[in-house]
Amino acid sequence: MSGAPRPQPMAATRPDPYAPKGLALTLESLGAILLALIWVLPLAYAVWAAVHPAEYTTRFELTAPLTFENFTRAWAAAPFARYFLNTFILVTMILAFQLVLGTLAAYALARQDFWGRDLAFALILAQLMIMPDALIVENYRTLARVNLIDTIPAIALPYIASAFGIFLLRQTFKTVPKELDDAARVEGASPLQVLMKVYVPLAKPTYIAYGLVSVSYHWNNFLWPLLVTNSVESRPLTVGLQVFSSSDQGIDWAVICAATLMTSAPLLVGFLLFQRQFVQSFMRAGIK
Amino acid sequence: MNNRATATIHGWLLLLPAMACLALFTHWPAVASFIDSFMSTPRARRPARFVGLDNYEQMLADPIFWKAMANNLWFALGTIPTSIALALLMAVWVNDRIAGRTLVRMAYFTPTILPMIAVANIWLFFFTPQYGLLEQIVGAFGGRSTNWLGSQDTALYAVIIVAIWKEAGFFMIFYLAALQAIPPSLGEAAAIEGASRWTFFRRVQFPLLMPTTLFVLINAVINAFRMVDHIFVMTRGGPDNATTLLLFYIYQVGFGFWDTAYAAALTCVLLALLALVAFVQYGWLERRTHYQ
Repeated sequence: MSGAPRPQPMAATRPDPYAPKGLALTLESLGAILLALIWVLPLAYAVWAAVHPAEYTTRFELTAPLTFENFTRAWAAAPFARYFLNTFILVTMILAFQLVLGTLAAYALARQDFWGRDLAFALILAQLMIMPDALIVENYRTLARVNLIDTIPAIALPYIASAFGIFLLRQTFKTVPKELDDAARVEGASPLQVLMKVYVPLAKPTYIAYGLVSVSYHWNNFLWPLLVTNSVESRPLTVGLQVFSSSDQGIDWAVICAATLMTSAPLLVGFLLFQRQFVQSFMRAGIK
Repeated sequence: MNNRATATIHGWLLLLPAMACLALFTHWPAVASFIDSFMSTPRARRPARFVGLDNYEQMLADPIFWKAMANNLWFALGTIPTSIALALLMAVWVNDRIAGRTLVRMAYFTPTILPMIAVANIWLFFFTPQYGLLEQIVGAFGGRSTNWLGSQDTALYAVIIVAIWKEAGFFMIFYLAALQAIPPSLGEAAAIEGASRWTFFRRVQFPLLMPTTLFVLINAVINAFRMVDHIFVMTRGGPDNATTLLLFYIYQVGFGFWDTAYAAALTCVLLALLALVAFVQYGWLERRTHYQ
């Protein structure tokens, strides 16, 4: 999880001699914009289909009437409200556990010197390689044994200890000056108080970055939730969308596009509003 | 008790919750896959028994397994170089003062945050015969109708294109961060020497981006074995297993045919492949990197 250098604030004052100018810049802009148009084409296409009546799904006329009906029909055709609630509970539960477990483990790894620390760190990093997706068969058997199949905790359990999160927080905690730690202890703070009063506040950017990445990942996760859920009460949005679009709705593209956009909407809107934070979070998470 | 013993107890107590979860859902299932791969699948009246290498012999003789491995290899070869090259191109473009830079960067990055299962629906529509957008574009230029997802010759390519589209913008941000970290003085020095922009890129920027390229490469390789969501929507492994990837095949064997022992053996192959990636990464590529 390392290799890329840290981003630095751009030196805006010094001109870059290799910055393209004139015709070169125009050509480069055109190329970049063309590629950007290709990149948003599928999404734009979905938006077109979702906001027009079915007969205009593949007929592109500027005068086509707008409609909101595809969304209402999709909303009525499947229990999307329940799916939204399930996904919301799921991502909140996972993130809460990840942060607590990750903070405790990262603190031990970053600032305690004890027997077996390096072994523990190596065992944790093993998860970076053996991602939970590869272990679907055995994890399913484990959860079936304890009768948790078809519950939201079953979706969350394999992910609540995240090697990635522990690693990220450990790297951040290591940058906290030792003097601050010592000073707090001299004041009489217990180790847990030091963690909560000194380390956690200083690691806030890392928490935000990791939170955004974790929520995006689990909002979008599909394979494992598909396997361990089989009722409306536990299904997250992604699985609900798949059940919806592969059932008898199969032909009505306008409604499917509406459902698809609805499913992605919270993340998409969040991304459009906080674009910079999203990009920087994903960057920070990958670079550490 | 001495200090070190106390520290050890404290340390392990802090690690305990995370380690317990990892042991239950990462370490144990990996070991259990290995053990189960030498057992038979338990059935109603017949508990699992030791069968030695039977599952692996079955695998070697299983044409679908070889098909899935070949598909996964082509999928990796199809997605990795193209998405990395596109990511680099996007980063170089977005790093310059081009028109509409913020919007362009947003367009490139958007696929990263969308659910693969949702965008796969859109792409499915895109590739649909007769109605799909691709058909209409091809038709407008007088091309003949193709069932992109229904033909064995094109289905894997269609799946590869979706994966590239999803990944490239994600990799772009790492290149962008790395480009911005290159000191401006290098460009000034190269300009004084009279180097062309291409020379500057090839001799200065690209070598400095090497650590980023390796980082992105490892991620891309792991993704090539992990990305299967769009297969569920677009092809379900078909036509005739033309788009069955290894993880999708594990799903089919384990949860379609409920042959858990054979699925465990297939899981071991996947774990071995991932271990190989990790071995290359830590043993060879990251020898100079320190986590301390």
